[in-house]
Amino acid sequence: MKKTKFIWKRKDLLGIQDLSADEIVHILDTAAAFKQVGERNIKKVPSLRGKTLINLFIEPSTRTRTSFELAAIRLSADIVNITATASSLVKGETLKDTALNLQALHADIIVIRHGAAGAPHFLSRIVKASIINAGDGAHEHPTQALLDAFTIREKKGTIAGLNVTILGDILYSRVARSNIWLLTKLGANVTLAGPSTLVPRVFEQLGCRVTHDMEEAIRDADVINLLRIQHERQRKTMFPSIGEYTAMFGLNKERFARTKPDALIMHPGPINRGVEIDSDVADCGRSVILEQVTNGLAVRMAVLYLCAGGQPV
Amino acid sequence: MNATPIMDATAIERALARMAHEIVEGNPQTDALVFVGLRTHGAPLARRLAAKIGEILGSEFPTGELDITMHRDDLDLRETPPAVGPSHIPFDVTDKTVVLVDDVLYTGRSIRAAMDELSDFGRPKCIRLAVLVDRGHRELPIRPDYVGKNLPTSMTERIRVSLTEIAGKDEVVIEK
Repeated sequence: MKKTKFIWKRKDLLGIQDLSADEIVHILDTAAAFKQVGERNIKKVPSLRGKTLINLFIEPSTRTRTSFELAAIRLSADIVNITATASSLVKGETLKDTALNLQALHADIIVIRHGAAGAPHFLSRIVKASIINAGDGAHEHPTQALLDAFTIREKKGTIAGLNVTILGDILYSRVARSNIWLLTKLGANVTLAGPSTLVPRVFEQLGCRVTHDMEEAIRDADVINLLRIQHERQRKTMFPSIGEYTAMFGLNKERFARTKPDALIMHPGPINRGVEIDSDVADCGRSVILEQVTNGLAVRMAVLYLCAGGQPV
Repeated sequence: MNATPIMDATAIERALARMAHEIVEGNPQTDALVFVGLRTHGAPLARRLAAKIGEILGSEFPTGELDITMHRDDLDLRETPPAVGPSHIPFDVTDKTVVLVDDVLYTGRSIRAAMDELSDFGRPKCIRLAVLVDRGHRELPIRPDYVGKNLPTSMTERIRVSLTEIAGKDEVVIEK
């Protein structure tokens, strides 16, 4: 194995936008090592023994929170989960005061999900702990983009030069933004597709191709990443009906048959069977949706190790 | 820096040949033998030892590689986390006689980490330790079973091992 000379120097993972291509590749290489831990008899290593991780989830989540929790457990860190409804935030405490209290409890890592874009960046300026962004509003979800990239690299061997189509609710999707930044940094050709209300042309400024023609979007794609329609983030109806969305942009069997024979089907979950993806397509051999979940664990172990693995702050 | 040659290619070759014979002599149940090297320099040494013993006994022996970073005890002392790589153990270690192989034995802390890493893969029948150079200064109760060269050193000196597979030549030098 080639030994990387690269040295990781960040204590926080706030987003993909400010990472270099080298940093991204270093996270992916590190994740490959941690993925292998999950295949052993004993799936636990002592790398973060004695460190305390706090999952501060102000927005609901099951898979991301569980994934971070398992990642921390497998690195031997101690974990506390805080959800918005069960915290003093409902009593009117500010995010800043909550964070300072967590610091007073000697938290080493705070994994935060928040409805407001920039919340993790704000925390990183006021506490010494490592801050990991687990999703901030419609801004970024860096570990999702990293696990998507890890999965693509594992299946396709490379990311540079691939045609990646991201389909669906781009406007409200932090997954889309993080993916766009990551994939373009690593040299992929990114196409965004969906209804014009959810995929505005302004995204071309991020270096992507924007199309509202489903057939054109999937024809040459090596990877098709389907995003969930985020009802919770849409203030008004962005398309006439779910039925119409499915008819126009759902990945059904007929459209699937017209994709490249080795195109990967990805989805960050939770999937809406029969809406953005046909049930049979979600379960087919080219669907890597569950491998994304497995890889998410490895990527989060890598991120926790890199951000909090050195000297305590 | 002042570098003094300690072993050349011939000396390394002879040391490994002797160690191979000692391993055969000390392990009559040779069908349980597997060789696991510590990355980076232990890994090619493990493959060489396995090949030599394969020649002696006329059969092939499995080899693997360990990356011990996740089990290091000095992660908290480092400013930045060291790069980790995957261990590669393509066989079940349970009930095997695992010969751990490294280039230089010094404090013993790497070997402690390697034994912990290895134990995550299964429960070997026993673990033996083979090193090309034992330079002393142990900080843990660990001792080698097979040694290429005992080399008393001072703690200010540095042992540099070059191997053909990595550096293009076989050589052991001491730097002070």
